[in-house]
Amino acid sequence: MTQRYDVAVVGAGPAGLAAACSAYENGAEKVIVIDRDREAGGILNQCIHSGFGLHYFKEELTGPEYAGRFEEMLRKTGSRLMLDTMVLKVTQNREIHMMSPKEGYSVISAGAVVLAMGCRERTRGAVGIPGARPAGVFTAGAAQRYVNIEGYMVGRRVVILGSGDIGLIMARRMTLEGAKVLACVEIMPHSNGLARNIVQCLEDYGIPLYLSHTVTEIRGKNRVEAVKVQRVDESLKPVPGTEMIFDCDTVLLSVGLIPENELTRDAGIKIDPRTKGPYVYENMETTVPGVFACGNVVHVHDLVDFVTAESKKAGEAAAKYANNSALNAFNSDLKAIINGENVAYTVPQSIRTENTDKFAEVFFRVKRVFGDSVIELKDGEKPLKAYKRQHMAPGEMEHIIIPKDMLLSAAGSLTISVKEEEKQ
Amino acid sequence: MYDVTIIGCGVTGAAAAYELSKFRLSIAVLEKENDVACGTTKANSAIAHAGYDPKPGTKMARLNVLGSEMMESLCRRLNVEYERTGSLVLAFDEEDMRSLRALCERGRENGVRGLEIISGAKALEMEPNINPEVVGALYAPTAAIVNPWGLCIALAGTAVMNGAELFLNSEVRGIERGDGYFRIKTASGALETRYIVNASGAHSDKISEMVAKPFFKIIPVKGEYFLLDKSQGGLVRRVIFQPPNEDGKGVLIAPTVHGNLIVGPTSERVTDPEDCSVTARGLEKVLNISSRSSGKIDFRETIRNFAGIRASAEIDDFILEASAPGFINAAAIKSPGLTAAPAIGLEIVRLLEEEGLRPEKREDFREYRSGTLFKDMTPGDRSEALKRDKRFGRVVCRCETITEGDILDALKGPIPPVSIDGVKRRCRAGSGRCQGGFCGPRVHEILSRERGIRMEEVCQDKAGSFLLTGRTKEGCGL
Repeated sequence: MTQRYDVAVVGAGPAGLAAACSAYENGAEKVIVIDRDREAGGILNQCIHSGFGLHYFKEELTGPEYAGRFEEMLRKTGSRLMLDTMVLKVTQNREIHMMSPKEGYSVISAGAVVLAMGCRERTRGAVGIPGARPAGVFTAGAAQRYVNIEGYMVGRRVVILGSGDIGLIMARRMTLEGAKVLACVEIMPHSNGLARNIVQCLEDYGIPLYLSHTVTEIRGKNRVEAVKVQRVDESLKPVPGTEMIFDCDTVLLSVGLIPENELTRDAGIKIDPRTKGPYVYENMETTVPGVFACGNVVHVHDLVDFVTAESKKAGEAAAKYANNSALNAFNSDLKAIINGENVAYTVPQSIRTENTDKFAEVFFRVKRVFGDSVIELKDGEKPLKAYKRQHMAPGEMEHIIIPKDMLLSAAGSLTISVKEEEKQ
Repeated sequence: MYDVTIIGCGVTGAAAAYELSKFRLSIAVLEKENDVACGTTKANSAIAHAGYDPKPGTKMARLNVLGSEMMESLCRRLNVEYERTGSLVLAFDEEDMRSLRALCERGRENGVRGLEIISGAKALEMEPNINPEVVGALYAPTAAIVNPWGLCIALAGTAVMNGAELFLNSEVRGIERGDGYFRIKTASGALETRYIVNASGAHSDKISEMVAKPFFKIIPVKGEYFLLDKSQGGLVRRVIFQPPNEDGKGVLIAPTVHGNLIVGPTSERVTDPEDCSVTARGLEKVLNISSRSSGKIDFRETIRNFAGIRASAEIDDFILEASAPGFINAAAIKSPGLTAAPAIGLEIVRLLEEEGLRPEKREDFREYRSGTLFKDMTPGDRSEALKRDKRFGRVVCRCETITEGDILDALKGPIPPVSIDGVKRRCRAGSGRCQGGFCGPRVHEILSRERGIRMEEVCQDKAGSFLLTGRTKEGCGL
């Protein structure tokens, strides 16, 4: 007999925990959360710095504290937390196949499923850094695990490639642990990290940030001995004559995150090539009815508070689906959201108008840095609404609110684009 | 006093050790690295070539065809991944067609079975993702893909199980000739032996010169590759070549036995036989040349770049002979060395017999079968494995679904790994799309625990490739 749950959540990171709590609050009685790790909390457990929860809890917490609060909330609901368990397969009829040392291979079924597997880091292979292949090249997250969880130093003299948030956080951590961080090197003319992390993790420690630069060679026989850094031109090609050599024993990579969607893909759920996450509707439902997704598995967030908000939405919708109180308004008045000029992607990718309450929220990222600018919402060619912003950057997720009446009145799909504000 | 000492434990040395361990002989295998299969064997195209490339009459031609025939049953017995996919050499113009016809002719002379020149349309039907401008192709049904390091580990493991002694971290420093024996000094001590087999790959000229007169020079030729995610693994079903040129067999596209796609290699003479660096120029070359075979490879799905060294020499054949009494060279084993390896093993036994070795078959010879991964087991075997050890239920490497039980099995083999990459070569943990980002620290912990070595002493790969520099909270050491 397969055990039956109202809502099953895959992943016990911040997204999964919030979704499970919210599912319970919204009427799902039997909730299960499954995670491969031996503790709940996901990657937050290794994020021992503060800065979490400013939006959601209105106070500054560390990663483990933030996760701990949700774990405690989940415990109070009496939901089942299955750890040390790997989900191997999620089917379209919402069966979950999994394996653990304790129970071996098992299958459960669920009224609704929430996918919350998070993301993984891009590696050296994915970015193709030329040079030798010595030890000492780590993704920033793997280094963070060694330092913060295992208590080991991964190196003494460090160059960081990429200016993603984990890389910036690790620049500070390695410095505080006594290592010398020589440089943070970013191929783009702007950082992909939060502005506050540039200030608090690099500038406060005098670590130089080289924008429009990249590592063009790694040297070293068994362990990294040096890296070559070069400036890049507008087409991101290295410029001869700009070579700098840094003597270092470690390279940390912070070159992007990729949503982990192997289970999603195997379940036949449509993936958006822009986000590398599942296509989702306004309530975080994927293209397979009753299967929802939230957090970094959908699109990479920069603040956990937004992951929580998105996941609560998914948990609520999953509970409603499991209790048959969802509208199930598939394909009825479907409004596609199109990323227009300077917008990299949108989440959700489309909105079922009848499923929205008073308004719909759309999240997106801009493709470059903007000063005074305008986000334009258009119904085909017809402008619907303009949202002013003083600053936007690719490293900081944007969002707009679309009132329901505006959605109802729109004839076709909605386009979101961004442009500089025209000077009067 | 050993009867035979093999210098170098790549696939050539391992094949020699395997064949020799079928006899009542005392065998030593010397390897300079901390594991077997660390040189050319772990960084090549992973192809068992059909045998139409080498010039008829050469050792390369004979041993390639024989090796290709032996490979399938050998891999099956040792439980090494092998798949007879067949290969196509694509032609895009009349000049290409001429070289295809020459290859086909040469292959038939070499005794390659089933060679056929097919039309462009037929080639496209077989491989819909290749360049539609293809005008014809040479189809070789006997070509195959194989796991080269898996084969080497299983061959060497079999030799060890049958009593051969493997000395790791034992680079040869000098060889002295005694009366009817040799005395070999290594980084880990000295030993005496009646016969020597030199299978030291890119270093075989230097080893040969310790005993015989210099008569060849190894020219290290570097080949750079892309390894792509399984999302690209189904792009082609066969090994796709272009007509060979002065640089060798050129850039190929092939599925791997593990479901990935491999694209490469370049062919560049280098001076350092250990130079396995990849270059922007080399990788760009692979991109450009491979696009002639197929424009549909999504290189954004690359999970790893790597380079390997081929031990070429001036003469266009393997150097496989007694170069001094009791001293057998198995040198300049470039492509198709992997394919030929099983046959080279036999050839080495024959050469030793010519030198006076009189080996006696042993009755108790057993072969080492590589472990079957939990994910590849039958449901029945899976429950058995879980009963044996609950840790088969704990997935450590999520990309390849490798369990802690698989890793523990790998650690119990006849040649236990000492490094994270050593574990990877035996059970694939860390070889997936995240390249060990998640499981690396876990494998690290398991290696440290099971082998009783400190975390700081665990290496990524070769000796000295340490990962950790100390504990945190120890200050900067100033």
